[in-house]
Amino acid sequence: MIMTPKSEQDLSECVAGAKGPLAVLGGGTRGVCVAGDVLNTSGISGINLYEPGALTVVVKAGTAVAEIEAALAVERQRLAFEPMDYRGLLGVQGEPTIGGVVAGNISGPRRIQLGAARDFTLGVRFVDGQGTIVKNGGRVMKNVTGYDLVKLMSGSWGTLGVLSEVSLKVLPMPEAEATLKIHGLNMNDAVGAMAAALGSPYDVNGAAHLPNDNGGVTMIRVEGFEGSVTYRIAQLRGVLGKFGGEMTQAKHSVADWAAVRDVQNFHDTDGDVWRISVKPSDGPSVVAACDPLEAQFDWAGGLVWLRMTQGTDVRSKLAGIAGHATLVRGSGQPRFHPEHKGVATLSDGLRQRFDPRGILNAGLMTA
Amino acid sequence: MEMPVPSQSVLARKSHVVARLQSVLAKGAVIHDEMETRAYECDALTAYRCPPMAAVLPSTTDEVSAVLRICHEEGVPVVPRGSGTSLAGGALPTADCVILGVARMNDVIETNYPDRYIRVQTGRTNLSVTGAVEEDGFFYAPDPSSQLACAIAGNIAMNSGGAHCLKYGVTTNNLMGVTLVLMTGEVVEIGGAHLDAGSLDLLGLICGSEGQLGVVTEATLRILRKPEGARPVLIGFDDNEVAGACVSDIIKAGVLPVAIEFMDALCIKATEDFAHAGYPDCQALLIVEVEGSEAEIDDQLGRIKEIAMRHNPVEFRESKSATESAAIWLGRKSAFGAMGQINDYMCLDGTIPVSELPMVLRRIGELSKQFGLAVGNVFHAGDGNMHPLILFDANKPGDLELCEEMGAEILKLCVDAGGCLTGEHGVGIEKRDLMTYQYDPADLEAQLLVKDVFDPQWLLNAAKVFPLAVSLDRRATQLAAQ
Repeated sequence: MIMTPKSEQDLSECVAGAKGPLAVLGGGTRGVCVAGDVLNTSGISGINLYEPGALTVVVKAGTAVAEIEAALAVERQRLAFEPMDYRGLLGVQGEPTIGGVVAGNISGPRRIQLGAARDFTLGVRFVDGQGTIVKNGGRVMKNVTGYDLVKLMSGSWGTLGVLSEVSLKVLPMPEAEATLKIHGLNMNDAVGAMAAALGSPYDVNGAAHLPNDNGGVTMIRVEGFEGSVTYRIAQLRGVLGKFGGEMTQAKHSVADWAAVRDVQNFHDTDGDVWRISVKPSDGPSVVAACDPLEAQFDWAGGLVWLRMTQGTDVRSKLAGIAGHATLVRGSGQPRFHPEHKGVATLSDGLRQRFDPRGILNAGLMTA
Repeated sequence: MEMPVPSQSVLARKSHVVARLQSVLAKGAVIHDEMETRAYECDALTAYRCPPMAAVLPSTTDEVSAVLRICHEEGVPVVPRGSGTSLAGGALPTADCVILGVARMNDVIETNYPDRYIRVQTGRTNLSVTGAVEEDGFFYAPDPSSQLACAIAGNIAMNSGGAHCLKYGVTTNNLMGVTLVLMTGEVVEIGGAHLDAGSLDLLGLICGSEGQLGVVTEATLRILRKPEGARPVLIGFDDNEVAGACVSDIIKAGVLPVAIEFMDALCIKATEDFAHAGYPDCQALLIVEVEGSEAEIDDQLGRIKEIAMRHNPVEFRESKSATESAAIWLGRKSAFGAMGQINDYMCLDGTIPVSELPMVLRRIGELSKQFGLAVGNVFHAGDGNMHPLILFDANKPGDLELCEEMGAEILKLCVDAGGCLTGEHGVGIEKRDLMTYQYDPADLEAQLLVKDVFDPQWLLNAAKVFPLAVSLDRRATQLAAQ
């Protein structure tokens, strides 16, 4: 059965009346695959409120990300956390929704400097596993009124509740952007260069390294007013000169960064895809431990994308490196990183309270 | 302010509990003498006081764990305490509680510049976190006004903000990992030096939970490279609403200052009399600070000037030197002290959408007339976090109650305007009873369920955040169990 509620009230009735597990999805573009009746939220759609002067937008959870981005672009604003589009990587169709972005805490390269989806989500409305409508947070930048269930819901992938509305902080689009590219650095030098760039005062908001046969290309991005971008790129050339490699500069690098964000190098390939979060300086150790078919570094080395031979148990190879590994493309292993015992007990307790029947994306985060 | 009736059963076992605590802590780390426990009778919300049964000052995570295990076994309520600077009564004791102070836990455990983090024990003060890294050109961004004294533990409990969070975010955006000790004494590690959670974001849940879910003993914090420079401008207006509109236009224009601070006429006059900062005589004043190289600062301030001029300011004062910058900030930083010279005051902390600034300021003026109490407004305008200061006379019978009543009206106004009760100070006991105004029963129930998971016996700081009537059943179950 497929349910497509058109309102929060409808959604509440669908969940309350459910007789078994529900597969919760928005656009269905992020590879979440669980058993049960499909509960598709894309019908709960529309922008409720957009205040450019307050940098806030309130939208129904099923609203297409593209629709929101188009509305923001009219006012020269944007979702600064750069949510990744999974479609190319997973080879799927569909229209990504903002509910999916928040539920999965989906971010992009700017996460390293500006924050993740969870940092830009100001408020949520959701329906818990019993059908109860709950709100938390609001639409203001600073809010410490009660517990922060906004963070809890962001990244819970629909397992604690089904989002019906989210409020987001947005930011102005910059006047200019530019990317410094360093060619030919090995992994270790690339991570050193990215650390130096982020440790400089020049407001770097993207640091990625794409290995290739000649070492690779290391990308350092700055954004802002035209004069400031020119100045900071020049300063960064000075900071990064000691790492060697040939430097070039791209004045229009939006497509380059979309490729990093969406891991374009892995599109139309075979094998499992893993997304690994570690401290940036551990990035090269991750690659050394896993010996992947292909790798990519984002977040200055802290986000490692690996393409592995199907069925490889990456987590056992990473024992001893702190962080977590998510199986984004592939099957046969848990998608999410198993939690340590004490933490798992807390998470299980939360699931039992928010979804006592265990019907929301059952098993997705615990299998 | 109503507080739960102390448990006679716990009080009767005081000497037994104290002896057990002494057996796991260093000499002098258990304070139980009735004169000495008075040092812990209140935090910065001094209108309410109650000495605890005892206070403990552990030095390690293991000691915190041992203390909590004992209190859990004995059914003794625990109130965690950082530096005791809460303006919301977050660390107010109950007579039957043990205060668990982390003040002796102030070590730096690790600094890592390539990965840009620092790991500290949470008794360390906010400013001394920056102090540990500033010689190497780094800083910890959240900067609450009490940063000289307040502890990271309290910052995490309240999800503290500060003047510069417009650009850098609040505590939750700069917190990467914690060591959390649960009420049972169990120690769990959450997050770390990597970004984002691999499963549920428990870190985000713990930050801002007001010491009700566990005691955070160590924290991994993001540190940032200091900007090349920073410079403020001061802009005076003859009308609050025009100043509010100017804030909105600056934000919309794509200039993202690190701070936009607002002061109204009463605060301007009070600080001028007190600190002699040389502020203009006007109705509203903005302090806007930008960062970068000299040329970048000039460019941004040029844009801000162009926007401000459209609103016909009575003054536009650019700092030409470090001395002038300090003078511009001097008044703002002395504002609370200056208001304290006039009278006692109560500091509110509601947040509103920036667009509602003019309406809310107008309504606060009307309420001031209605209640007969003066109100000064000084706040973080860029993010709508207001700090109305209501002046009252603590020695005049009934004045505190009148002030609290008016404060409640202002906070309800913030909620009605689309905002919230508290932007950075926390709920504590101060705003506890207003929670039902912002949240429906189902919204509160979802939060209570979280507390049930982390602290099923409701022993940790249980009289805070939720109205007592709302948490009564849960607390009663705990009492009955004794």
